[in-house]
Amino acid sequence: MSLKKIHDEQPKEFKFSNESLKQAELILKKYPEKNKKSAVMPFLYLAQKQNKNWIPLSAMKYIADYLSMPYISVYEVATFYTMYNLAPVGKHFIQVCTTTPCLLRGADKIVKLCKEKISSNEKEISKNGNCSWMEVECLGACVSAPMIQINEDYYEDLDERSTRQILDALINNKPIKSGSFRGRKNTAPEKSLDANGEKNA
Amino acid sequence: MLKKKDKIFKNLYNELGWEIDNSIKRDDWKNTKDLISKGREWIINEIKTSELRGRGGAGFSTGLKWSFAPKEVGSRPHYLVINADESEPGTCKDRDILRFEPQKLIEGCLIAGYAVQAHVCYIYIRGEYLNEGKRLQEAINQAYEKNYLGQNACGSGWEFDIHIHYGAGAYICGEETALLESIEGNKGQPRLKPPFPALVGLYGCPTIVNNVETVAVVPTILRRGGKWFSSIGKPKNTGTKIFCISGNVNSPCNVEEEMGVPLKDLIEKHAGGVIGGWDNLQAVIPGGSSMPLLPKKICDTLTMDFDSLIANKSGLGTAGIVVINKDQDIVECMARIARFYKHESCGQCTPCREGSGWMWRILDRIVKRKATYSDVDLLSDVTKQIEGHTICAFGEGSAWPVQGLLRHFRKEVESRCREEPLIKKKLNNPYLVDQHLLENKNA
Repeated sequence: MSLKKIHDEQPKEFKFSNESLKQAELILKKYPEKNKKSAVMPFLYLAQKQNKNWIPLSAMKYIADYLSMPYISVYEVATFYTMYNLAPVGKHFIQVCTTTPCLLRGADKIVKLCKEKISSNEKEISKNGNCSWMEVECLGACVSAPMIQINEDYYEDLDERSTRQILDALINNKPIKSGSFRGRKNTAPEKSLDANGEKNA
Repeated sequence: MLKKKDKIFKNLYNELGWEIDNSIKRDDWKNTKDLISKGREWIINEIKTSELRGRGGAGFSTGLKWSFAPKEVGSRPHYLVINADESEPGTCKDRDILRFEPQKLIEGCLIAGYAVQAHVCYIYIRGEYLNEGKRLQEAINQAYEKNYLGQNACGSGWEFDIHIHYGAGAYICGEETALLESIEGNKGQPRLKPPFPALVGLYGCPTIVNNVETVAVVPTILRRGGKWFSSIGKPKNTGTKIFCISGNVNSPCNVEEEMGVPLKDLIEKHAGGVIGGWDNLQAVIPGGSSMPLLPKKICDTLTMDFDSLIANKSGLGTAGIVVINKDQDIVECMARIARFYKHESCGQCTPCREGSGWMWRILDRIVKRKATYSDVDLLSDVTKQIEGHTICAFGEGSAWPVQGLLRHFRKEVESRCREEPLIKKKLNNPYLVDQHLLENKNA
């Protein structure tokens, strides 16, 4: 089981912005009226998006009131799922997959680079304040290993050189393109032979 | 090997475009209305003829599963739920279907929904696949624009809506009842079965839960006939399957192949061979991390299908093939998998919650060469204590890889152990506490 710690400094109040409220109404339409509790997970995402990628306790209380469910049930959900950040993360939030398929292809080198360039501990905001990183379990892009996820995007087929490039760009707030860094088309085989032993296009 | 004309997922690498107009050119939505007008019985029978087995890992007959849905809709509505919570290490097939073949999935949902009399379908996508989810939502919107979904879906007279629900990074939500709990807004802890979801599922209503790949192949099966599908592959292990080949191979890839394809062909012909040559192969995890690994000796002649892998005391699972060559420390690889299961255990059943941590700690000690010979027996004992003593199959999933390691690489494991008990050595070795917490102040 994973353990999660609540952040020490908590803002007193939280309210959905008008934009979030609009989206919340759309989300509620997806579920049967008497089961609006189902919206708790999408609502937590909304709160996280609105509050710089982390969820304060006041947001959980707000959501509990909104969905008329006990606060503890919202707390339970927010602490159970790993993608809800309960403490601030960097503007560029880097998640390094280190499960076996990525490990086999050198994920430990990426972790080393993160320690070197961002901060020596995971979940710690970097000196210039715009990055943080953490090790995560399988992100489901195993044939593109090793890979990292930065905010929403996947950066695949990495090696030491390309990771260095990405991290440097992030630290300096420069844009980078997501996807494969070995120049291949998605998950296609690079040297595949078809039934006749001929090379596939 | 699979002929090009028999491939179901023609756009697996997005060479032809994922948009609805492009997928219509690939025969998606071609005669959906006619297929549906042939009736539920015909659809379910055709799927039974095809002998399609669920692609999510357990390999249960899809036609049979659909036939478990109540014949008449009572006071409770029926639901269809698609499991796109793909998080088994080594597996990334559903991601490509969501990104590049979304219309196959959507059309499959409509047909499956009609067959089990569901008007509403939830697709549960893992939270990390946010971009894939956005793509799928776009594809769903395109389908609504063409009236393939909605009030009179595809002119069939059946009302059908699809909603996406995101997970949030919990592996256990790939288990069908945990997934239902998660949609209901609870933490994802599996339910006791029976009752099975087909009778009491989402919101207490009859629910059919299927994997993405299973549903995405349904329209093609109906269009080309169940007999065509069952003619591919081996008896009882029919059809095509997307294999994900990762790890120490020259070009890791996803590839659609027929069931029962030799493992060596997959690795050599599609994935460019093992790094360092076939002789450099140490072991292969054949079906995602929960399936026991197999040493090279077995891999030489192994064919990839449900039954021949079971005969070798492993399983096809999700067909995520992880290749491990001799340059790797096999114990370290498995220790990392044990850490994965420790992290992902939902904490509901004691044997799994505690046992997964024990397995990881013992394996970690072995990697660091701080274990004794008796630890190996202890490890084997722990796996037996977990297996079969939990609510869901996560217990087996976490115990089997370790059992596989001990079955095939016991000598390797023992060569790192020593004779004397730790206590005498006065090593500062946390025996009973969770090492993970000591190392990590933030945890």
